[in-house]
Amino acid sequence: MSEVILQNLNKSFGSEHAVVDMSLTIDDGSFVVLLGPTGAGKTTTLRLISGLEEMDSGSISIDGRVVDSETPAQRDVAMVFQQYSLYPHLSVRDNLAFPLRSPILKTSKSDIDRIVNEVAEVLQITHKLGNRATELSGGEMQRVSIGRALVRDPAIYLMDEPLSSLDARLRADLRIELKRIHSDLGSTLLYVTHDQIEAMTMATHVGVLQEGKLVQFGTPREIYENPNSVYVASRLGLPRVNILPAELFSATKGMSHSIGLRPEHIAYGEGDPAVVKRIEHLGDQTRLHMDLNGQAITAISPEGNPHAAGSTVKIKPINPLYFDESGDRITGTNA
Amino acid sequence: MSYSITEPSSRQKWVAGTLVITYALITMVPLLWIMMTSFKTPPDSISYPPKVMYQPSLEGYVNLFTTRTRVSPEKLASLPPPANFAEEIVRNRDMVIAGPSKFGGRFLNSVIIGFGSTFLSIFLGTLAAYAFSRFKIPLADDLLFFILSTRMMPPIAVAIPIFLMYRKLGLNDTHLGMILLYTAVNISLAVWLLKGFIDEIPREYEEAALIDGYTRFQAFYKVVLPQAATGIASTAIFCLIFAWNEYAFAVLLTSGTAQTAPPFIPTIIGVGGLDWPAIAAGATLFLLPVMIFTVMLRKHLLRGITFGAVRK
Repeated sequence: MSEVILQNLNKSFGSEHAVVDMSLTIDDGSFVVLLGPTGAGKTTTLRLISGLEEMDSGSISIDGRVVDSETPAQRDVAMVFQQYSLYPHLSVRDNLAFPLRSPILKTSKSDIDRIVNEVAEVLQITHKLGNRATELSGGEMQRVSIGRALVRDPAIYLMDEPLSSLDARLRADLRIELKRIHSDLGSTLLYVTHDQIEAMTMATHVGVLQEGKLVQFGTPREIYENPNSVYVASRLGLPRVNILPAELFSATKGMSHSIGLRPEHIAYGEGDPAVVKRIEHLGDQTRLHMDLNGQAITAISPEGNPHAAGSTVKIKPINPLYFDESGDRITGTNA
Repeated sequence: MSYSITEPSSRQKWVAGTLVITYALITMVPLLWIMMTSFKTPPDSISYPPKVMYQPSLEGYVNLFTTRTRVSPEKLASLPPPANFAEEIVRNRDMVIAGPSKFGGRFLNSVIIGFGSTFLSIFLGTLAAYAFSRFKIPLADDLLFFILSTRMMPPIAVAIPIFLMYRKLGLNDTHLGMILLYTAVNISLAVWLLKGFIDEIPREYEEAALIDGYTRFQAFYKVVLPQAATGIASTAIFCLIFAWNEYAFAVLLTSGTAQTAPPFIPTIIGVGGLDWPAIAAGATLFLLPVMIFTVMLRKHLLRGITFGAVRK
C-alpha cells in the first residue's frame, strides 16, 4: 500500500506562486501524469513530494505517514530527472548500484549484482554496464537514469519529463517500456510532462495544471471528453480543439459564449458553408483547414477526401463543448 | 596562402617550435645553473670564465648535509682510511666530518609546514566553498569580498602585528604557528578557486544522491568531491607553492625548531667561505618536492588551470 496524498500544498519563489493550494490523491498502483506547460508547477510539485523543496504550507503523506519533516532519503521515493543527472565519475554499473549501496538500503553485494543485471536487461543497457556514464548517447543516459530509479522498490516513482530530450522514435519505445514496467511491477508513478501523447498513452489518471493550480483530475478519457474549461480542453487532442464563438453556427447560436469543437466532432454535408483553405495529408488521416466567417477551423477530412482546396463545404457541430465567458464549461446543455 | 589552425604547415610548426624551445631555454637557465653548480667543486663553481664542462662531484651535497672541522695533515694521516665516499671528499680538503648539518631537519620542517598548511587550506577551503556555492548564506557576497580582501595587500604588510601576536601566543618558531599563518594567507585563494569549481558541478547530482538515500554530507563526499578533484588538485598546487617558497615570514618568525628551508639555505654561505655548490645543492633538493607534486597532479592541473572554462 503506497498511497500518496497531497493536501493544500503551497509553494512560492519570491512573488511567484509555483504551486497553489494543490490537493491530490495518488492511489496505490496508479500511473498519474501531471500535464501542463512550462511554469505550471509540475516540477515543483515533484520536488515538494521528494523533499528537495520545502513547502510553504500544506501536508504530504506517503503510505499513510506524514513526511513533511523527513529528508528526501527518508521519504522512500525514487526520482528520474529531466537532465539525466548520472554521476559522471562512476560507471554505468556503479550508477545503477548507487541507490542500493546507500546507508538506508545497504543491499548485499550479490543482491546488488542481481538487481543491476535485471534492470540493465529490461532497459537493454547490459552491454554498456562497464562504460563511464559520460560515454553514452542521450537515449542510453536516460535509460540508465530510469534504471537508477527502477533498481529500488520505492513507495512512489517520480519522473520529471524523462523523455523530453530524446528523439521521437526512442521516446515512443520508452513510452511503451515504461507502461510495461508499470503494469509488471504494479508500482505507483507520478509522471510530469507537457507532452499530451505521453499523458494519453501511459496515464491511468491525468492531472492538468494551470499556473500552479490543479484544474482537473481524472482518467485520460474523462479529461478528453469532459474537460471543465477551455484551458483543459486545449491541453489534449491533436489537432487541437477548435474554440469558436457559439454564434458562428446556426445550430449553437445563443447556447453559450463559446464552443469547443474537436476535429472529429464535425459533420459534413449540412449546416453552415465553410471554405476549405488548405489540406494536409498525414498518411493515416487528412486534415482540412477551413474558414467559416473569418474563423479558422481544423477538422479531419471524411473518408475519400472528397474536398479540394478552395471548395465550399457545409459543416455542422456534433456534441460540442459549451463554455461561458470565463472559459468554464457549461454542462447540462443539449445540442 | 591557405591558413589553418587545426593543421599548421610544417614551416608554421617549425617557427612555433623554435619560439617555444627558445623561451623554455631562457626560463630554464637559472634552474640549469643551480643544478650544474650543485655538482661542481667549490673551486670550479667560482672559476672564471664559468666552466660548462667539468668533472662532476658530490662535494656540494656532502657539505650541505654535514658540518666539518679542519685538522692538521699529521692528524689526517693518522686516521683510518675513509669509510665512505663522503669522508673521502671531505678529507681531500684537509677536513673531517664533525656531524650532520641542520639541513635535514629544516627540510623536514618545510615538508611538515608546506604540506600541513596546504592540507588545512584545502580542507577548510573546500567546505567553505561548498557552503558558499550551495547554501543561502546571509551577506554571502560581502563575506566573499571580505575573504578576498585579505589578499589585497602583501601579507608581509601585517608582519609586525603578527610578530607581536605570535610572541604573546607562544606561536613563535612553532610548526603550528607557521601552518596557521600560511593557511590564513592561502585560504582566500582556496575558497575563491574552489567555489568556482564547485559552482560548475550541477546541483542535480547531489539532489539525485539525496533521493537515492544519502545524507547531505555523504552526497558531498561521494558525489561532489570526486568531481571537484581537478579543482582541488590545482588549488592544492597553488597553496603548496606559496607555503613552500615563503621566505619573509619564515625569516621573521622561525629561527630553530620550526625553521623552514628557505631562510636556512642562505645561512650555509657563512660556513667556511662561499660554498656555492652546497647552496646550489640545497636549492636543487628544495625544488624537487614541488616539482614532483606538480608532475603527479599535472593531468588535473592542465584542465584546472583554465579555472574550469573548458569543462563540459
